[in-house]
Amino acid sequence: MPDQTKRPIRIVVAKAGLDGHDRGAKVIARALRDAGMEVIYTGLFQTPEQIVETAIQEDADGIGLSILSGAHMTLFPLVVEQLKERGADDIVFFGGGTIPADDAAELKRLGVRAIFTPGAPLAEIIEFVKSECLKRREVLR
Amino acid sequence: MDVVEGIKRGDRRALARAISVAEGGGAAPLVAALFKETGRAFTVGITGPPGVGKSTLTGALVTRARKEGKSVGLILVDPSSPFSQGALLGDRIRLSEHFTDPGVFIRSMASRGHLGGIAGATGDAVMLMDAFGKDLVIVETVGVGQSEIEIAEVADTTVVCLQPGSGDSIQVLKAGIMEIADVFVVNKADHPMAGQLRREIRVMMTMLDWQGWAPALVMTQATTGEGTEQLWEALWSHHAYLQESGELRSKRAGAFAHEVRNLIVGRLAASVDGAMAGAVASGLMEEVADRVLDPYAAAEQILQRFDPKAPAATAARLAPRVRATVKGLHTASAAEIAHHREAGV
Repeated sequence: MPDQTKRPIRIVVAKAGLDGHDRGAKVIARALRDAGMEVIYTGLFQTPEQIVETAIQEDADGIGLSILSGAHMTLFPLVVEQLKERGADDIVFFGGGTIPADDAAELKRLGVRAIFTPGAPLAEIIEFVKSECLKRREVLR
Repeated sequence: MDVVEGIKRGDRRALARAISVAEGGGAAPLVAALFKETGRAFTVGITGPPGVGKSTLTGALVTRARKEGKSVGLILVDPSSPFSQGALLGDRIRLSEHFTDPGVFIRSMASRGHLGGIAGATGDAVMLMDAFGKDLVIVETVGVGQSEIEIAEVADTTVVCLQPGSGDSIQVLKAGIMEIADVFVVNKADHPMAGQLRREIRVMMTMLDWQGWAPALVMTQATTGEGTEQLWEALWSHHAYLQESGELRSKRAGAFAHEVRNLIVGRLAASVDGAMAGAVASGLMEEVADRVLDPYAAAEQILQRFDPKAPAATAARLAPRVRATVKGLHTASAAEIAHHREAGV
């Protein structure tokens, strides 16, 4: 069988809840695309269940969730919970948005692998996604 | 994870993983193990230009199929970048109401350099969904132009979606995708020019003597669901026709001949790439560039020494050429990154 670590990295980029601000998600989607990844964009207003089910069906290596509505302390933990419930917590879950540092620290404690706030350099986000997703594939192999 | 056992058990993660393996070129053992379980699903291809409404129409068909309890597999193909190999797969956006329906499995696929409107592994993905037990498998192609007709090899029934205002009466007479339709759909039927397009397709169809099935023509408004019922009926009448006429079997035999040929060509292509790499390394292409040797003579020279069993190589890709990057990608300084890290993010 060909080397499965050489397949393009697949990332689900999602927007959850009542939050229509998708410029950031689109920029991330385009940047990851240009970095050679296959980006599955879910569109707006997704529930945690929809996001996790999408990642499973798409065999995604990671999920990037963007939240600018202030509901991050509700929605991020629900996605973590769903991932655990479905036995899919090997998927690299990261996020971004207007999230205060204290909240970001708490979310990371809960299992979100990284939180990127406004001004985070795209190169750093790309590097994070690449290295974490490739590490995950090494483990799964 | 034993994906074959998983698929037989109905494990969605196993199906998802199997499709990835097929996309990565490892389909052979999966198909070998599951081929006898395939051939039951009704496979429908939806094709047409970008923005015509293929995904919305697909969503409407899924809703209709679920109404009578049919399980559905969807394969949504979007293009890969020839420069970065990356892809933005956005067809799911129109299908979110079906994301958590256990009777629906949706998979987005990047074309990965394949040019026929589908991906190289789309046929394998159809087989895997068929083996998984889906009653209906719908393949939505990339937004196509005029000549991407490979979907007709993969699908039992091909739907060509068109929209009003996309050209004059000569467009419907042209070769290519207009020739593969089993069902024509004129979507956006509320558009003022919809009637004109319907007339043009009708005129084209009355010019021809159809042997067997003459394509159906359905007017739809995918956003409201109008016309979905007629489309659903047209799909199943074509399906009934295929079975009663015996054409289903001959059509699938033809498609398999095409697929087997593709598998052989694929293997040979890898050897050709190996031979090409050797020829490039030995300076043969310099001779051609200097016009000492013509391209036909160069090909002949390489073929003289060609060994189909020689080690394969990956094809030389289109040279990476960056035309535009996302704003802000290269502007962050080391100091900014350090500052960001300190802020605890």
